[in-house]
Amino acid sequence: MTVTVKIPAQLRLATEGEGEIEVEGETVGEALDAVFAKHEGLKERITEDGTLRRFVNVYVAGEDIRFSEGLETALADGVEVTILPAVAGGH
Amino acid sequence: MARNGPVALRCKECGSTYDLDARYVCEQCFGPLEVQYDFSGLKPGELRRKIQAGPNGLWRYSDFLPFAGRPSDSLQPGLTPLIKADRLAAQLGIGEVWVKNDAANPTHSFKDRVVAVALAKAVELGFDTIACASTGNLANAVAAHAAAAGLDSYVFVPSDLEEQKLLATAVYGTNLVGVEGNYDDVNRLCTELAEERGWAFVNVNLRPYYAEGSKTLAYETVEQLGWRLPDRIVCPIASGSLFTKIGRGFNEWREIGLVEGELPAFHGAQAEGCGPVATAFADGHDVCRPVKPDTIAKSLAIGNPADGPYALDLARETGGSIESVTDDEIRGGIRLLAETTGIFTETAGGVTTAVLAKLAADGEIGEDDRVVVYITGEGLKTLDAVREGFHMHRIDPTLASFNETVEAGKAVPA
Repeated sequence: MTVTVKIPAQLRLATEGEGEIEVEGETVGEALDAVFAKHEGLKERITEDGTLRRFVNVYVAGEDIRFSEGLETALADGVEVTILPAVAGGH
Repeated sequence: MARNGPVALRCKECGSTYDLDARYVCEQCFGPLEVQYDFSGLKPGELRRKIQAGPNGLWRYSDFLPFAGRPSDSLQPGLTPLIKADRLAAQLGIGEVWVKNDAANPTHSFKDRVVAVALAKAVELGFDTIACASTGNLANAVAAHAAAAGLDSYVFVPSDLEEQKLLATAVYGTNLVGVEGNYDDVNRLCTELAEERGWAFVNVNLRPYYAEGSKTLAYETVEQLGWRLPDRIVCPIASGSLFTKIGRGFNEWREIGLVEGELPAFHGAQAEGCGPVATAFADGHDVCRPVKPDTIAKSLAIGNPADGPYALDLARETGGSIESVTDDEIRGGIRLLAETTGIFTETAGGVTTAVLAKLAADGEIGEDDRVVVYITGEGLKTLDAVREGFHMHRIDPTLASFNETVEAGKAVPA
């Protein structure tokens, strides 16, 4: 599957300024690994011991992957994978 | 001499520091940023007198807010009543219950505090448009404060919000945007929009400043209790920001020496239909698994609580807890507070009061405790929650009709 991974502004120092990266991958984990292969510095910023850091949210077509299979969530061709910080909120 | 006041934004996870501008995420580890201060030159005696001689609102605490001076502000939020609720305490078998009634703010919720701070910072940083993702109360506050300051505003809310909250936002002449989705969808959209537009999203790119406004609830509590700390507090949790900032406010004053004693036990209140932090507390986890909210407490309906991990830490460190209550218990909480204190709160306050009652019933809070309960919003904003179960006597304007109907106890539904 070819998917587009969207990189938030705060992480673009690690991607030479790139905001959208096209990669191949059957799952979210595979797609992120493909992004890390292109931009090594990104991996340590958003993962720790092979899992996503606790303030990293990843969405597939707008749906939080924690409602699906996490990093094992399957990807459809052409879908958008969005990385966003978990720091907005109310009360 | 030390330079007192805010000195930097600091990552809560890895400690990296940044300039005090419109940013909210650490570029090293993606953690949240928080304002760091230097309080080293502050002397408690002098400070106490300065606070007591200050304005009648939250700006009396401007030494603890992220500004070099004292911002101007026409709506004057803060310094809301702290009421000793003896009838509620007696009914629940608790030593002392104090109700911090933050519905007594300009737009009737604690959100006036955070918005006043965020808006002042937005102006200082040169923004001319402010915006927010909101479950309603924040929408009211952003629209009102923007109108008062003459700024443009955009307010993003779930489109199924209570009508009262929509109307009480639109009236200020804001750009009101109803998003087909829940709050977490609205939030995700606004996080993306904050990157695309040059706007000050009060709870996204200005969040480190915005959140500081909640500390003023802790300062007021201490000052209004006669410079003392309570034994316990009960506070609603949605994102966990208010809860943790009240803790930070108490700690700052303990460190400076403005108040002595242990940090109170922190009890968090959530609705069962949206209780990711309560679930993580019960299961012994230190992160929250997000949920899809389904509760009448819409102002607490955040399924993906950003400050959940810190709220869990605070409850555990202080010997507190995080509890959840059902929608029926929430309605009961609204009535209990109204019938014993004369304060009509919205659903979030119903959650908080119901958790207080639950903790008392479970023996967690008792005769030896002085408890402060944070009531964050106004009952008139969520009238649907109390529409059922009340009766009105309908009579003709005659004594006979009164005697026959009311005296005879014949009630008919309103």
